[in-house]
Amino acid sequence: MSAPASLTDRITSGAMAPALEVVDLHMSYIVRGVPREVLRGVNFHIQPGEAYGLVGESGCGKSTTAYAALRYLPGNGRITQGEIRSGGRDITSMSSKELQAFRSSQASMVYQDPVAAMNPSLKIGRQVEESFKLIGQSASDAKASAYAALEQVRIADPTSVLDRYPHQLSGGMLQRVVIAMALASKPELLVLDEPTTGLDATVEAEVLDLIRALRSETGAAVLLIAHNLGVIRTMCDRVGVMYAGKVIEEGPAQEVFDSPEHPYTVGLLNAIPRAGLRKTDRALYSIPGELPSIGTDLPTCVYIDRCALADEKCKSTPPPATSVGEGHQTFCHHVDRVGELRDAEVGAFSNVSSDDNVLQLTGVAKTFRQAGQDIPALVSVDLGIAEGETLGLVGESGSGKSTMAKTMLGVHSYDPGGDIVLDGVSVPAAATNRTPANSAAMQMVFQNPDSALNRVWTVRRILERSIIKLTGASKDDARARAEDIASAMRLSPRHLDMRPRQLSGGLKQRVAIARAFAGDPKLVVCDEPTSALDVSVQSAILNLLANIQNDQRTSYLFITHDIGVVRYLADRIAVMYLGRIMELGPTDAMFQGVNHPYTEALLSAVPSVDGETRERIPLDGEIPSPKNPPSGCVFHTRCHRFVEGLCDTKEPELREIAPGHMIKCHLDVADLGVVPVQVQRKGSTFGEADGAELQSSDSFDDTVVEGEQVDPEDTVND
Amino acid sequence: MLRFIIRRLALSIITLFLLVIIVFLLTSVFPNDPARQLLGPFQSQEAVDQLAEELGLNDPKTEQLGRLVKGVATGDFGESYSRPGERVMDLILPALGNSAKLVVLGLLITLPLSILSGVLAAYRKDSLFDRSVVTLGLATSAIPDFVSGILLQYVIGVRLGWLPATSNAPRGTGFIGSLEFIILPALAIVLVYFGYIARVTRAGAVQAFESDYVRTAFMKGMPLRRVINRHVLRNSLQPTVAVIGTQIGFLFGGLIALELVFNYPGLGSMIINAAQDQDLPLLQGGVIIVAVLYMIATLLADLLISWMNPRARSVTAS
Repeated sequence: MSAPASLTDRITSGAMAPALEVVDLHMSYIVRGVPREVLRGVNFHIQPGEAYGLVGESGCGKSTTAYAALRYLPGNGRITQGEIRSGGRDITSMSSKELQAFRSSQASMVYQDPVAAMNPSLKIGRQVEESFKLIGQSASDAKASAYAALEQVRIADPTSVLDRYPHQLSGGMLQRVVIAMALASKPELLVLDEPTTGLDATVEAEVLDLIRALRSETGAAVLLIAHNLGVIRTMCDRVGVMYAGKVIEEGPAQEVFDSPEHPYTVGLLNAIPRAGLRKTDRALYSIPGELPSIGTDLPTCVYIDRCALADEKCKSTPPPATSVGEGHQTFCHHVDRVGELRDAEVGAFSNVSSDDNVLQLTGVAKTFRQAGQDIPALVSVDLGIAEGETLGLVGESGSGKSTMAKTMLGVHSYDPGGDIVLDGVSVPAAATNRTPANSAAMQMVFQNPDSALNRVWTVRRILERSIIKLTGASKDDARARAEDIASAMRLSPRHLDMRPRQLSGGLKQRVAIARAFAGDPKLVVCDEPTSALDVSVQSAILNLLANIQNDQRTSYLFITHDIGVVRYLADRIAVMYLGRIMELGPTDAMFQGVNHPYTEALLSAVPSVDGETRERIPLDGEIPSPKNPPSGCVFHTRCHRFVEGLCDTKEPELREIAPGHMIKCHLDVADLGVVPVQVQRKGSTFGEADGAELQSSDSFDDTVVEGEQVDPEDTVND
Repeated sequence: MLRFIIRRLALSIITLFLLVIIVFLLTSVFPNDPARQLLGPFQSQEAVDQLAEELGLNDPKTEQLGRLVKGVATGDFGESYSRPGERVMDLILPALGNSAKLVVLGLLITLPLSILSGVLAAYRKDSLFDRSVVTLGLATSAIPDFVSGILLQYVIGVRLGWLPATSNAPRGTGFIGSLEFIILPALAIVLVYFGYIARVTRAGAVQAFESDYVRTAFMKGMPLRRVINRHVLRNSLQPTVAVIGTQIGFLFGGLIALELVFNYPGLGSMIINAAQDQDLPLLQGGVIIVAVLYMIATLLADLLISWMNPRARSVTAS
């Protein structure tokens, strides 16, 4: 992605001042009268028309920096040192009138949560018009401009959208509206703070496409904040990696992601499952320790406490900027040794799934009734989960993933006619009718450990109670077992006497997992267990889950939106749409074989951190309501391979196209699409390789496979 | 919206009917004999019985209830016992007018003052101003209206002599002139309600100021005053409106002590007198009028809230 030619010319000639220039920015939060430093000298600049990304884990200061760029500080935030300039003007010294003019006409922002970013009690029209009135337009002009603005963000029916309230629109649609408002002033600088976090991958892809297109139309410079490295890679020209309130590495996006030169960046990239990595290839790297809390005194290198390379020099001298390529610099004393970390060898997990199904669903359906109307949320699902297997479950929000999980666990009773067999024995539909042994055998780990754990109890009490409830153990036995489980989950004994709120997100999730394992479960349903966590914490949790499975041969139903994670962890993957399984198959087959058109579209939507580009298959509109499912194949309304007269009249059967690989589609295998092969790159940073060449290793041995250089080719779907 | 109003009105009518029954049951279990009360201890039992018969006190309960329901429907609660020859409605209306005058004046001062203070306190959260509003509000709300009323009466009315110390304006005083007499009790209302409403408003406004949509408005480059008017008030005043709606009923019928302190003939003192006199028609009429006012106030508050909040509208209408 490049800036429009005219702009590029001007940039290279140096005629224009940077769209944003942050110089040695220090910021503190005043907590009980004491300033605590949150930004410790941030430096970067964005040229007009350029897209710059800031990455880093939560708490690193990237959002604080983004808001500071428009001088929006929290009530207790103070800029203590440094400058922020835009178009040559110092933002920190503007009067409030000047600042209002700057925000209304030169810089705009798009936010993480579009639902919250819109006033719930005003119609969309009034809120969009407001942006135009603020740049001096009359009421009637603003009305016309609002209509045009919604057209510009590709909203099909602006008139009806303008007349609605925010709660009547989807998140993706609202984000378009927010973008339309941000573009009202034709800003020179557009700050995007996690603009697609919380949106479905398919919607995310649409929004990113839109931002990309608008950028080349408007020529605005972009500051993009995202924790999803794939988003940054596909959107940005240059990227800065932040840690503890400092940019510790900066360079062209491609270079930073392909050959990181700071120990933290290496750790971060090694922590994500990428380039088709599987659990049988290697364990994920996780960074030991935690981000220093704000206000911590860090006189030298900010990463010193967690760095494997840290030595005396790091403790005594702040690392200077070291150039490691054109426009690529890193703040590390040991650039020459960073390679050691990149190639660090870690173990792998083995595939322990057997042929015996621990759980078998036959014709399981769930129909809700609402206002006298039947709503089929789950339609005749046949599915087996083998012992020691991880079954990944993917699909957009509203596809029925959670309904299926809850029906398995008996939270919802399945409709008469279905059957759930656990370990060869039929279990009652409702959880209340199941035996304690049934309940112990099937447990769940939730997305949000905060609401899953009793906040007033200690970890010890939470675990003991689950053990007693699920196994009927005595108080003393439960006590001993709680300690065993906790140590198996790598919780230290001191954590046992803490309460959930005293623990970090990752530790809380460990407690939630420990709780699920209290009664030696056969199957654990993991509902997005890592989506609220940072990547370095996510990797530790995924490793933990894989480890337990290796030891105890537990089966997992792993629900996720993250294709990289499911590819890493799952042995088989099921794709759901409107309460039906559309495709089911071994992970390798799913990524290399032909796919259901829906899977094809889902996979094409994932922004890749590996820089591969592929043509996105758009999924138009939203997932239909299960109240009125489309006729024939339920996916036909959004399918890019739709055959008229066939797909809209007859619902296809789930049929086997290769051993264990099933799809619910009328089309011949020859007419279906294949997911592009993963690009292999040099550098062998992450031991990636084409999944097909990998063998499952049955031990914790080092199985890092060196990839060989292949020119990145754009594999495009037809 | 129309459907919402109709449903809400239908509910109000049912509530009113239940209320009439409750009022009737309460007043019909009075321990003493209204006829004896009216005639005094020295009249003969025959006279008392005859009066009871005339008043319909011996009629079956259902018939008495029927009369009350009819009275509510027609707005005619019959004749007062304690002031023979006067229609209940003719006694209630002037008292109602007096109460309305006091309540409206009180709220006219309270609302702008407390809403403005609440919003500003929220904007400058944890500032000296914020803490003063919260603390002062708590302090004045904690003092009962009649206590602050007596204080005002003594200091401003008696010692300083700036305003009349009692509120019963001499006959022939015009409307504007009569207002002077109720400033002191109105101030007592202000003292009680300022803190309460300011705090409710502040809580809502704090939420609004911390919300993402207010951030959006600031990021659009919108001036503070416009942000408050367009984005903060509308979303933060919903609890305030609800509170005012429920307090209006109390203000009309519950300021008994304050009215007594200032010797002000409002609805509260009228009802308490009717109860003491066992003037059943007047008591029933007064209580029902207060209840109807309460219902109207909450209905209006609900309508206002649903106008302010489109989400509440779609939920309640479906």
